[in-house]
Amino acid sequence: MTGKTLYDKLWESHLVKDLDDGNSLIYIDLQYIHEVTSPQAFEGLRLAKRSPWRSEANMATPDHNVPTTTSERAQGVEGILDPVSKIQVKSLDANCTEFGINEFTIDDPRHGIVHVIGPEQGRTQPGMTIVCGDSHTSTHGALGALAHGIGTSEVEHVLATQCLQQSKAKNMLIKVNGELGRGVTAKDLVLAVIGKIGTAGGTGYTIEFGGDAIKALSIEGRMTVCNMAIEAGARAGIVAVDDKTIEYLKGRPFSPSAELWDQAEAAWRELHSDDDAYFDKIIELEAIDIEPQVSWGTSPEMVAAISKNIPDPAQMENDAKRGNYQQALAYMGLEANTPIQDIKIDRVFIGSCTNSRIEDLRAAAAVVKGHKVAESIKEAIVVPGSGLVKAQAVQEGLDKIFTEAGLQWREPGCSMCLAMNADQLGEEEHCASTSNRNFEGRQGFGGRTHLVSPAMAAAAAVAGHFVDVRDWT
Amino acid sequence: MKKFIKEKGIVIPLDRANVDTDYIIPKQFLKSIKRTGFGKNLFDEARYLDKGLPDQDCSSRPINPDFVLNQARYAGGSILLARENFGCGSSREHAPWALEDYGIRCIIAPSFADIFFNNCFKNGLLPIVLDNNIVNSLFEETVPNEGYELEVDLTEQTILKADGSVIKFEIDCARKKSLLNGLDDISLTLLHADDIKNFEERWKQKSPWLFT
Ligand code: SF4
Repeated sequence: MTGKTLYDKLWESHLVKDLDDGNSLIYIDLQYIHEVTSPQAFEGLRLAKRSPWRSEANMATPDHNVPTTTSERAQGVEGILDPVSKIQVKSLDANCTEFGINEFTIDDPRHGIVHVIGPEQGRTQPGMTIVCGDSHTSTHGALGALAHGIGTSEVEHVLATQCLQQSKAKNMLIKVNGELGRGVTAKDLVLAVIGKIGTAGGTGYTIEFGGDAIKALSIEGRMTVCNMAIEAGARAGIVAVDDKTIEYLKGRPFSPSAELWDQAEAAWRELHSDDDAYFDKIIELEAIDIEPQVSWGTSPEMVAAISKNIPDPAQMENDAKRGNYQQALAYMGLEANTPIQDIKIDRVFIGSCTNSRIEDLRAAAAVVKGHKVAESIKEAIVVPGSGLVKAQAVQEGLDKIFTEAGLQWREPGCSMCLAMNADQLGEEEHCASTSNRNFEGRQGFGGRTHLVSPAMAAAAAVAGHFVDVRDWT
Repeated sequence: MKKFIKEKGIVIPLDRANVDTDYIIPKQFLKSIKRTGFGKNLFDEARYLDKGLPDQDCSSRPINPDFVLNQARYAGGSILLARENFGCGSSREHAPWALEDYGIRCIIAPSFADIFFNNCFKNGLLPIVLDNNIVNSLFEETVPNEGYELEVDLTEQTILKADGSVIKFEIDCARKKSLLNGLDDISLTLLHADDIKNFEERWKQKSPWLFT
């Protein structure tokens, strides 16, 4: 008999029953909730006169449309200037109170982006099934949990039943061998993977990331990788549990208590694929081949290494791809064959659930330290992922490094990652962004996003265009 | 949930790959706490020439005459013909809500992104996956023929063309059943409440730290 993959194990341990119609009922251990995709789910519960199956299995926070300026944030919910956003945040507060759900409200010091604060609080644990009405829920797979995004109807379904009706995905292994070069990060790794397999490459699969380069990443780096599994089309990305995972969880507020810790740890240590596990698809990459990446188009698969040029649509193998590339270049206002280093930047955004944790801020600060943001940059903002990340950064003096270099230091939230609040690109502005999506209009109407690592974004802020961070002194 | 049994309608060809959910419904409209009213902002950035705002009266906005939804010949269309990886990106169910609110009942494409695909079924929308060559030929037939219609029959799993020819499509039987009957998933799952409770008891014994 062949062994089991980590995904097989997680699936089987949460299988309530197989249904007659080919789907299965899967138990969900934890649901994260935010203000944008939950109001209609709570409304549905109310209309059907249902109550949550297990309110304590949910945790909520408003993050998507909260403002990030200190003046607006000083007054909590009441300080939100946009009346529509304010209603949404207030609805979340009211719904959580009504249904008995633990919420980290906008003025709680532990508030932040849901995918940052969940792991930070030790709420995300190995072996769990986790969902959220947000596609980047895949982030939590970095800790050996099966985590994926769902729509609002399913948010309501999980609230009411603690289960989802699902069919099992296929298994994919992405193995990154060897060691990443100096200046090459988890973000570059995952962008390179998406560049290779495409944005639909993982559709229908759960992707396990493995190999020495993944093992060498910190838990935060693994979160960056799993975060973008959805950009490769996979609903979930996972990494096996190892010593780093266990270390990460020790002493976090919601980690198992001392009496239960040993039992939990023993169970977690089983959470890896068996040596003889069967994967439907295996993709291997050599870490040494990966350079710092920059996206040049309007889909995360449109990436190139910093040393390369923007590809030429004329060289594409088929009409469809040629058309896509032309459309993307027209939107981005870029010419084929331009060196990536010559792309000029108007704004810089360091933040989002992909890259707003303490390590990300440290990496960016190390680059800008002692430098000034280029004259040509209209605005560069740093948005920590949570209140606790912010506090840690302040303690380390990173905020000073940023502000002295001319970057703005903001309050936590999703911010310019999706630009639902006031943090937006203007039309035709190019942004070096550490977020995860470069779709048309994602960061503001007509805005042009380039996805990069925190260090690359910081270097672009100083230079005013992209530069190879490996040459940075 | 709205049932889907049969749908005959004008085909709207959207010739663009990797249509993401930001493109289907931009984020500024996600601030609504309702499920309805998103249709007028479907494909907002492509459909209008200005930047759309929530609660705005769209009737006086400048429209992009080149965009397919603005061409009179496709008015009232209910079948969207699309390219690969339709619905990628965010999990926002506002995307199917906007399509449904606009009047789309069925989307035909060579492939869909997972979460979007799943969300369609929760809202009485039928996404149909067809081979790329068939989708290509449908594009070729739709574009030159004004008033081009298809008739989708879920019970039979067929698409009937005006010339009488038929295309078969696949759909998993659970999804077919719930669309045909307009079933409410939550009530269906709650029929298994005892199984869920039993599972929960066993799981609690095994992983007590998850229940503290
Ligand atoms: S930071 Fe961006 S990707 Fe992450 S949850 Fe917020 S909006 Fe979504």
